[in-house]
Amino acid sequence: MIWAREETLSRQEMEALQLERLKETVFRVYEKVLPYRKKMDEAGIKPEDIKSLDDLKRLPFVTKQDLRDNYPFGLFAVPKEELLRIHASSGTTGKPTVVGYTEGDMQVWTECVSRIACAGGADKNDVAQICFGYGMFTGALGLHYGLENIGATIVPSSTGNSEKQLMYMKDFGTTLLVATPSYALRLAEVAREMGIDPQKDLKVKIGLVGSELLTDAMRDEMHKYWGSDMLVTSNYGMSELMGPGVSGECEYMCGMHINEDFFIPEIINPETGEVLPEGEWGELVITCIKKEALPLIRYRTKDITRLIYEPCKCGRTTVRMENLSGRSDDMLKIRGVNVFPSQIEEVVLGTAGLGPHYEIIVERDGYSDKLTVRVELLKATDSFKELEAIERAVRNKLKVMLGLDAKVMLESPNTLARFEGKAKRVRDLRKEQK
Amino acid sequence: MTVNQVSVFIENRQGRLGQVLSVLKENDINILSISLADTAEYGLLRLIVNKPEEAKDVLLNAGFSSLLTEVLIIKVPHKAGSLQSILDIIAKESISIEYMYGLSVETTDASIVMKTNELSKACEILKNSHIDTMTKKEIASL
Repeated sequence: MIWAREETLSRQEMEALQLERLKETVFRVYEKVLPYRKKMDEAGIKPEDIKSLDDLKRLPFVTKQDLRDNYPFGLFAVPKEELLRIHASSGTTGKPTVVGYTEGDMQVWTECVSRIACAGGADKNDVAQICFGYGMFTGALGLHYGLENIGATIVPSSTGNSEKQLMYMKDFGTTLLVATPSYALRLAEVAREMGIDPQKDLKVKIGLVGSELLTDAMRDEMHKYWGSDMLVTSNYGMSELMGPGVSGECEYMCGMHINEDFFIPEIINPETGEVLPEGEWGELVITCIKKEALPLIRYRTKDITRLIYEPCKCGRTTVRMENLSGRSDDMLKIRGVNVFPSQIEEVVLGTAGLGPHYEIIVERDGYSDKLTVRVELLKATDSFKELEAIERAVRNKLKVMLGLDAKVMLESPNTLARFEGKAKRVRDLRKEQK
Repeated sequence: MTVNQVSVFIENRQGRLGQVLSVLKENDINILSISLADTAEYGLLRLIVNKPEEAKDVLLNAGFSSLLTEVLIIKVPHKAGSLQSILDIIAKESISIEYMYGLSVETTDASIVMKTNELSKACEILKNSHIDTMTKKEIASL
């Protein structure tokens, strides 16, 4: 089901709407947000210079650092009294980034999430269990209001206590699961340990996964555990932009439809900042054109993707962004080679005999870097030949994919850490070793 | 006659072997023989125990990757050349031995645990050559 008319506008109609909203936003931001006015003045651009969507590229970028420098409310365009809600990022390094919502922002957010939930197969008959941590993190509450808005029954179970989660799932007849892909797999694992077969004893048929990359291999793994008929779609967002609801996949799973009437996407070369031609891979930059409290202009997401403008079979005309290939933040430079953890994940999940959990360790070894991948053995064996074959398969595939020699460490089942929120699968020890 | 051996994957990490042994102790399982083969990173622990099915299950529950493997336990008289003559019989039939280790139970004969390819053929040959192998029942009573 398509939730909103705006998802099917012609390109011309969409661009007209975008331009109108962009102009209004730039005027407002120039007037109300002093740090951004300063940036625009330095770049020698005035709000009235924005005459077409093409002029967007003349505007300066906003980065996470700008949010930190203006902590907590310095980039807000409304007085504090108008805020209905405040969220914040985890802020693992230094101050968190703080975001705020007016009443209008809350409505936009709910609308956006309702759209991506419908695209992912949800409707009013669903029982939606939200296994994202409720709190300062935008994921849980974003999905919560969006799903409630379409009439689904919400089970706000949050994270933790997997046994209880599964009990709710079974007893309440949960049909839709909201979780990170790695926690969804963890839940299936715990179900098995409890003697529950997720495919027979549970009714979960829809997975709306987010906050982590969903690789094809991970999606296959989800089907293996939860059943091949489960519709697993990924959706995208970040608190700085709003939270979840920026974009989401439809049933055709060929990229995430961006809610373009609220967010204008661009793809840039992350090193030069130059806008790249349609279809090329690069860093996603988003301009919020219908936000009141925190209307970020040209926000650098650090996520690597590309844009697809061809119409989709689902009937939506909105531009799609390819499932992320990684975050420029997550990218590891190992012996001079750019490595995305998702590439290693693809190798691990594609190797028979291994479980879906893994850990990547990068260390300094003399003047070189050493890459170790820890994987869990799924199947018991009495044969060294088999163990060596698995090890060699992983090593060879990594060599082909990355051109790097890696050490592969086989581990017993359930040895590696499990995560309820965002999985932390990379340990880069090089900084500590300096 | 074949018997069930318990094979357990263990990482080369301090205390891992001890953990396996305490699981067996807690479940009152007696180890009749133990063999540990290893590489730099991990090893395969092979055990002959009095209750192999139970041992495999409790180890799996404790998070160890373990399974049952059928092996032969061949009685070898305490006499020079007796093992050699047994191996000779097996080799003549082009059966290959994957690994073997001794069984540490006090009986009049020595015994060796042996894993070969074509296990049923190996059984047959030994039987025809009047070479004694131990049964599951015998192991359970030890």
